[in-house]
Amino acid sequence: MTEALILPTTRDEAWRYSDVAALEGMDLSTFDDWRDIEVPAGESFRDVIAITDENTGPDETVLHRLRVRLGEGARCELFGLIAAGRLGRVEVVVTLARGSHFELGGVTVGGRETTREFVTRMAHEEPEATSNQTVRSVHWGKGTGNFLGRIDVVRNAQKTDAAQSFKGLLLEKGASVNSVPQLEIFADDVKCAHGAAIGQLDESARFYMASRGLSPDLSRRLLVQAFIGDAFVALDDEEQREALMQAALDKLDRHL
Amino acid sequence: MLKIENLHAEIDGKAILKGLTLEVQPGEVHAIMGPNGAGKSTLAYVLGGRPGYEVTEGSVTFGGKDLLDLEPHERAAAGLFLGFQYPVEIPGVSNVQFLREALNAQREERGEEKLTGGEFLKLAKEKAGLLKLDMDMLKRHVNVGFSGGEKKRAEMVQMGILDPQFAVLDETDSGLDIDALRVVGDGINAIMRQPDKGVLLITHYQRLLEVVKPDKVSILSDGRIVRTGGPELAMQLEEEGYDRVMETA
Repeated sequence: MTEALILPTTRDEAWRYSDVAALEGMDLSTFDDWRDIEVPAGESFRDVIAITDENTGPDETVLHRLRVRLGEGARCELFGLIAAGRLGRVEVVVTLARGSHFELGGVTVGGRETTREFVTRMAHEEPEATSNQTVRSVHWGKGTGNFLGRIDVVRNAQKTDAAQSFKGLLLEKGASVNSVPQLEIFADDVKCAHGAAIGQLDESARFYMASRGLSPDLSRRLLVQAFIGDAFVALDDEEQREALMQAALDKLDRHL
Repeated sequence: MLKIENLHAEIDGKAILKGLTLEVQPGEVHAIMGPNGAGKSTLAYVLGGRPGYEVTEGSVTFGGKDLLDLEPHERAAAGLFLGFQYPVEIPGVSNVQFLREALNAQREERGEEKLTGGEFLKLAKEKAGLLKLDMDMLKRHVNVGFSGGEKKRAEMVQMGILDPQFAVLDETDSGLDIDALRVVGDGINAIMRQPDKGVLLITHYQRLLEVVKPDKVSILSDGRIVRTGGPELAMQLEEEGYDRVMETA
């Protein structure tokens, strides 16, 4: 017997800024397909998710839902670019055992009427685990970029170090970005840093760059490259890093 | 090579330049001195084309072209360099990448071959050496974490690499100690003291002019050039102050 699927609404915290109407356009039988990733104690795992025009149509809805369980001292690195589709969403739920580390580097770019979002939940269930999340969103047109990051630190998870950094860059009026950090901390000896900043391109930097001969397009490209670069700094495979950067910047070049 | 005629400019509706006329010939270093608020930096920004600085009257021709008709990046490609009083920090972009892209964008605009990475690094090394700036500084992000003096030296390294026809240097001497002043001044001489190049040197003080000897000195006051003379005018200003010199203008 299959249970009827109840689609989320924007009243659900994790879908608050999402485009829930876009879900109707997807194959709903896959809605609850979670990918489970187990990283055994002491081992490392890395994955790169790229939602781009090469694998996703302009009106498609693409969900990546991942459940990651980290064993003691394990490490998981996830890097993602969401640059295509009407709704692109990467959802990650991570459970961290003692001394493990989770790293997320995410970038959303987009214009038109699109929504691209990272939604994460870190469950620090044992002491001494660390997590670091860096998300950068660059939007124009009526594009929306979201980062909803929840961090739960249970009572005995002392020496947890969980960091979250979000920055949004709005290239045109009409675009928007949303950041919702949600921290629930029940241990008393922890470090949980989160920061969010939203802005536009720095006009004094653009004039400075123009005065050296860079056209408005070139200066924007350089500044955006610097901006999103933060999210992929921790990716030490240079080829993968370059490919992600290139795909993000190409998107910008094609549409602006 | 640079001819400014009856230039009027305003910021947010406030008139700052009020009929400024000035000409710089090839091979000339022309110093502009003047009290605070006279419009020195405004002049520099108007020549560079900074958004928000509106020209309401007058003309500027540069090498026969209407400078005011060009976009800021086109002015650079045409051979104009603007040295900033407060160079801007650009986190995430290295000097090397920034300058290579800028130089190649200028070369492309002029229909010249782009430089390869190797050719560019060789050029950058040479110019950094000239300004006694450690090459490692050029690998760092543009002006980020640079001291005031380092920013000004980096500014001159940029000028050396871009090799402009004409430089407008806005208080390049501010924030420099005596030794750095000498290095920067020598750099300006080495890069710009050529028969086909010109410099507009905006400064508060006489001390830079002891290293970069101007051919002409003009005093800017309340948006106009009130007096032009030879290098002796700068000496007189230093001794007597703006008020007295302008009284006798």
